[in-house]
Amino acid sequence: MTEKLELVCPAGTPASLRAAVDAGADVVYLGFRDATNARNFPGLNFSRDELRAGLDYAHTRGAHVYVAINTFPRAGDSGPWREAVDDASMLGADAIILADIGLADYAASAHPQLRRHLSVQASASNAEAIRFYQEAFDIKRVVLPRVLTVPEITELNRKVSIETEVFVFGGLCVMAEGRCALSSYATGESPNINGVCSPAGHVRYEEEDGRMVSRLGGYTINAFAEGEKAGYPTLCKGRFVAGGEARYLFEEPTSLNAIHMLPELMAAGVTALKIEGRQRGRAYISQVVAAFRNAVDAAAEGLAVPREDLIAVTEGQRKTSGVYEKTWR
Amino acid sequence: MAKGSSINLTLGPVLFNWAPERWRDFYFQIADEAAVDTVCVGEVVCSKRAPFFAPYLAEVVERLASAGKEVVLSTLALIMNEREMAQLRETVENTDFLVEANDISAAALLKGRPHAIGPFVNVYNEDTLSYLARNGATRVTLPVELAASSIAALAKSAPAELEVMVFGRLPLAISARCYHARCHNLSRDNCQFVCEKDADGLDVDTLDGEPFLAINGVQTLSHAYCNMVGDLSALRDLGIGRFRLSPHSGDMVRVAEAFRAVLDNKMAPEEASAAIAGETGGMPLANGYFHGKAGAAFEDVPGGASSTGDEDHAAGSLP
Repeated sequence: MTEKLELVCPAGTPASLRAAVDAGADVVYLGFRDATNARNFPGLNFSRDELRAGLDYAHTRGAHVYVAINTFPRAGDSGPWREAVDDASMLGADAIILADIGLADYAASAHPQLRRHLSVQASASNAEAIRFYQEAFDIKRVVLPRVLTVPEITELNRKVSIETEVFVFGGLCVMAEGRCALSSYATGESPNINGVCSPAGHVRYEEEDGRMVSRLGGYTINAFAEGEKAGYPTLCKGRFVAGGEARYLFEEPTSLNAIHMLPELMAAGVTALKIEGRQRGRAYISQVVAAFRNAVDAAAEGLAVPREDLIAVTEGQRKTSGVYEKTWR
Repeated sequence: MAKGSSINLTLGPVLFNWAPERWRDFYFQIADEAAVDTVCVGEVVCSKRAPFFAPYLAEVVERLASAGKEVVLSTLALIMNEREMAQLRETVENTDFLVEANDISAAALLKGRPHAIGPFVNVYNEDTLSYLARNGATRVTLPVELAASSIAALAKSAPAELEVMVFGRLPLAISARCYHARCHNLSRDNCQFVCEKDADGLDVDTLDGEPFLAINGVQTLSHAYCNMVGDLSALRDLGIGRFRLSPHSGDMVRVAEAFRAVLDNKMAPEEASAAIAGETGGMPLANGYFHGKAGAAFEDVPGGASSTGDEDHAAGSLP
């Protein structure tokens, strides 16, 4: 049997970081409080001092901390991104998670000793792309885009010599990550530039003709009948009309849960599992991390993965195995 | 490049699944009639389509080249398996034409050899641009969501020629999932190539009937047509000398003519815009990204294009 899978868990606040460590996270990943990371939401993320304290809390308990600096530096303004790399290094982060080629180049030359991971936002979906980053910037691990099936991940792991990390739970991008400008098309703010997708400042809920309409940047993303729960208008999870029919054209408002697939992912040669949700509260973190802790431990023993009820914390209370099952495509 | 220096008009790759003969004849017409300097050929969106027009590829390339067009071979934007990688390798390894990388894997295969970077590779800043130039990139078509300020900073550093897309539906996203298939209750593996039904993509409206997006197999595009004919002068002032037109079913020869005439100062942007509107069926226009707004917005540039669409919609919704 392979080694135990590493469990990489999100934290948007110091309280969430402690909750994740306490619930059994091997690693907590987080970002600084600015546009240098892909969850640049109000009230979220870490100051330098908070990172220092978080690192201390995690390291004392045997856990690691990765810092996501995974947006694309603005032309003419690379300062904040370089500072984020410098500070993560100075404070003793265990790794940084990068998406931009120029920033990876900077990190590799300015802080060669600081371990570098490739963010899912870099969209490295094949062995040649992964090798490019490995050879150019000595990347040690790649977070795989959510476009690959389990057989494709297996095949990829045979071809590349660096570690792979895959998402197993949480919000699900249906587009190739880092290659989606839907949010900025509707709102002017994008994951790549601003670290936000479908940002709350551009969201409106309006009562119209007895239905609740959710809008993003003025565009209707969904409409709900009375009594129906009005979900957040994430653009790609909306209902649209194409070919004369209204439907969830891109994806239903579901979230990913691949907990039952841990044995397969282990066999596929994956090193680490990632839980999405830096924007989620402490209760979510505690519950999801604990469930995956049990599952990872069971899988490592070759035991059946315990059936955990996580439906209460999944988006839209619906779950999917996503692209890991080929039929998703 | 300062204003007044060399100007290049490029026809981007056909993004849609046109019937092979139509695809061939389109390029023949471009070769014979279009006022473009460079023509990109090759499947970018879906690897399943490439075999259909492969039989015509050689004659299309030859016709374009003998008409004096610079031919660029465009490659897949999303590569997920060995079959797709083999398609890429075949293009890269068997040609003397400039190859355009739309995934970083292609840039890896092209390392050390002059090549182009397409708009599907994330080039947001000077450091990335300079790294890719050192890797061999001589030309970079910028991502569509860049604002003028970013384009200006990149143009200033300019270790490679920069190209900006100025016409056509904006490529906004690419996915492993095929939305055309999904829309027809099919899966990607058994898609029956339903994307061939929509020469400019399948319109996607909001529940309120507002035109919003368009789908093209695994790709999602804007519903509005990017039209920066009114921004050409501003782009040239920033130092951009290459302009890309993305093919649609309207008469691209006329569209190219209009852009060429404006670039040559032989036609006013308003007049060009009217000619272009005739080829796009009066579709809503967009140039918001360039102006630092929502991509769907349309900023009327004095002396520039004017949209027939609901241009203040997205712009007006900004806080």
